[in-house]
Amino acid sequence: MIAPLDTLARRIQEAVPGARVEVVPNDSPAAQPSLLVDSAHALAIARFLRDEPSLRFDYASNVAGVDWLDSVTKTKTKVKKIVDGVEKEVEETVETKRPGYLEVVYHLYSMNLKHGPLIIRQRTGNRAELNRVASLISVWRGCEFQEREVYDLYGVVFDGHPDLRRILMWEGFKDHPMRKDYVQPDDFEYEPTPHDEVLGRAKEHYPK
Amino acid sequence: MLGSGIIKGMVETARNFVGSYIDENRLVTVEYPEERLPLKEASRNFPFLVYDGDDAAKGLRCVACQICEKECPPQCIYIIKDTAKKPDYIGKMQLQPKVFDIDLSVCMSCQICVEVCPFEAIKMDTEYELSTSDRFEGLLLHKEDLWKSNQYYHKIHPTEAAEVDARLAEEKAKAEAKAKADAEAKAKAAAEARAKAAVPVPAPTPSPTPQPVKTA
Amino acid sequence: MSVEVEIPSSKTYSVLPKMGPDGGVEGEVLEVAMGPQHPSTHGVFRMDVVLDGETVVKLKPVFGYLHRNHEQIAESTSYLGSMPYTDRLDYFCSLTNNWAYALSVERLAGLQAPERAEYIRVITAELTRLVNHTCLAGFLLMDMGALGTPLMYAFREREKILDLFEALTGARMMCNYMRFGGCRVDLPAGWLEQARKIVAEFPRFLDEYENLLTTNEILLARTQNVGVLPRELAINASITGPMLRASGIDYDLRKVDKYGIYERFDFRVPLGDHGDVYDRYMIRILECRESLKILNKALADIPAGPIIDPKAKIRGFRPKAGEAYGRIEAPKGELGFYLISDGGPNPYRYHVRAPSFINLTILEDMCLGHTVADVVVILGSVDIVLGEVDR
Repeated sequence: MIAPLDTLARRIQEAVPGARVEVVPNDSPAAQPSLLVDSAHALAIARFLRDEPSLRFDYASNVAGVDWLDSVTKTKTKVKKIVDGVEKEVEETVETKRPGYLEVVYHLYSMNLKHGPLIIRQRTGNRAELNRVASLISVWRGCEFQEREVYDLYGVVFDGHPDLRRILMWEGFKDHPMRKDYVQPDDFEYEPTPHDEVLGRAKEHYPK
Repeated sequence: MLGSGIIKGMVETARNFVGSYIDENRLVTVEYPEERLPLKEASRNFPFLVYDGDDAAKGLRCVACQICEKECPPQCIYIIKDTAKKPDYIGKMQLQPKVFDIDLSVCMSCQICVEVCPFEAIKMDTEYELSTSDRFEGLLLHKEDLWKSNQYYHKIHPTEAAEVDARLAEEKAKAEAKAKADAEAKAKAAAEARAKAAVPVPAPTPSPTPQPVKTA
Repeated sequence: MSVEVEIPSSKTYSVLPKMGPDGGVEGEVLEVAMGPQHPSTHGVFRMDVVLDGETVVKLKPVFGYLHRNHEQIAESTSYLGSMPYTDRLDYFCSLTNNWAYALSVERLAGLQAPERAEYIRVITAELTRLVNHTCLAGFLLMDMGALGTPLMYAFREREKILDLFEALTGARMMCNYMRFGGCRVDLPAGWLEQARKIVAEFPRFLDEYENLLTTNEILLARTQNVGVLPRELAINASITGPMLRASGIDYDLRKVDKYGIYERFDFRVPLGDHGDVYDRYMIRILECRESLKILNKALADIPAGPIIDPKAKIRGFRPKAGEAYGRIEAPKGELGFYLISDGGPNPYRYHVRAPSFINLTILEDMCLGHTVADVVVILGSVDIVLGEVDR
């Protein structure tokens, strides 16, 4: 079995000097916490995870992109304030802004030692121009198509990927359709179905 | 020996070929339009609406709650509520659909609508020969095309329909018992109230006191 | 891109093309687009092949013709609503797709399927494996030119199993049967007897099938030493399923993860030695026999009881925020679902780890140096379904 993630994070930091590794908790009953690694050291960390004899994560099962939009979380806190000369408890909302980013999640297993999963994540700086992470294809060849898919559908650029082209969408397609703010184009071949016709007619016919 | 594998394979093919004249298991073709296999009881195709009794419009179980419309994965159901209400099987006044359309060219027969329906109103049909020359209107079924009787439901899915009927009967009995209990409780409460009202006020006659007449 | 990377690969040519002094191929090369409309590609799939004479020197798979953004559709429907869509991933094995998705959601929401449901899941999944493997052998032979016979024999048996599925789930292929925390309906009366009968007759069919194929000289000549996949590359390229085991790696999720109730069954994991097409064919036949063992035991042991977790909800299902990855051993390899919930009625992220998509990674490595006719056979042995590759 693999050691608890914080121990593993320490070991990684010892093995790869300068690496930033952070444990990302997971509240669901699945209990699959993950490690957030920084892109600059991701390749070295991946190589360590694969080659270290007690870990030997030789199999990258799954690579998935995730899009996190900019979010604002409002937390209400009670603050003591002096209102009209009298101290009162007043509720105040604190807004925490978190800029959006794209995330690439790798699920690693070991075929030799038959353990796993170890989940590592890489994050981009933001959702626009800072969209680069390190490609792990030179450690796990199995990431080849999956990283291409993440590039295609999310627009994450993988530094070091030898053949980063679109894979599911056609060449020349502009946007990244799995992003949360993707708007479907309305220029697709449109066929008037009777359903829509009925819908329109019904709306006219049966005003609310 | 080179070729022995091929000979073995040929023997197998020959056995199947000859066998197809004598063995039922090896002659599996069903000449479809002329012969048909009997349908499995569980088999499902597009959905239909169930009604009780003889009058479809009156007995329709659907109460236009629109849960199926919301849950339908390919969004093939379209419902408009009617403003008029009608009593359901328990006798409670419920809404009814004014428009209930299912677009069969979109429907994928997944039966999620059946599972989410709390009123046992929509069920799966077994009709599969639905080809039509009109690609649009021909495949858009309206309320009138969709409603089918409970007897029909019993015919195509006897076990399931029996279970549904039992469940509905139970609910109805429960509702009736509750209504009865409610009525009794009400009557009792009323009687108590009357008794209470009767005790402190010494009224010479037990006749109800006349309502005070409002004066303008 | 200027970054130098070492890419683990085995680009060794068994028949070397003539190389010029600059390292390129000497003489004229021919570029051929095999597909997308080509009967050998198992769907709409294209391979851009560069040929030196008959020898493949470069091969790039191109797909996406069936892409419908399954993941985005799932992110905009409820958890239950994407269950019928999973049927359409690998449309040959809808019940294993259902299981993988149900398993992931159960992990996410902390549900546990009751005993009887677990047994039903094992039975349906193993029946699905029988269907997939026998038909795959048929398709593979069809790719080699055995028009019809093996495939039709396989379809004849498949028909019986599909009848079972229809009696249970109501549909032959798009079953939409499993639910979070159990199954949708209980087994109908007489189903188990019917299943036992079919399982008891199946070995006879497998014998017949093997008589027809396994020692056939033409099959041997076309498959042995074709499309060899070395052990190390298979692991590194995330290959799963029968293809991985044909390369000699003992990794079967039914043994490794022991999901469901698989630890109760006694079965072996067949392993290949050479990693060629013939091994992949043989592994599938042997796996069918192991599946039959599991089926016999499961059909004998299945207990009575409820079929769904009482905590499971049909309407208003909202697992609390978090993420989960669940995977099962589908007939084509490891099928996984990665889900992130934000506490809403729809998954925030829904990702499918499709085995046939990832198994295509090393198609080029396996095909280099072989002839065009072998490419067809090698692709057939990968066992892809385009509904799953393109999603």
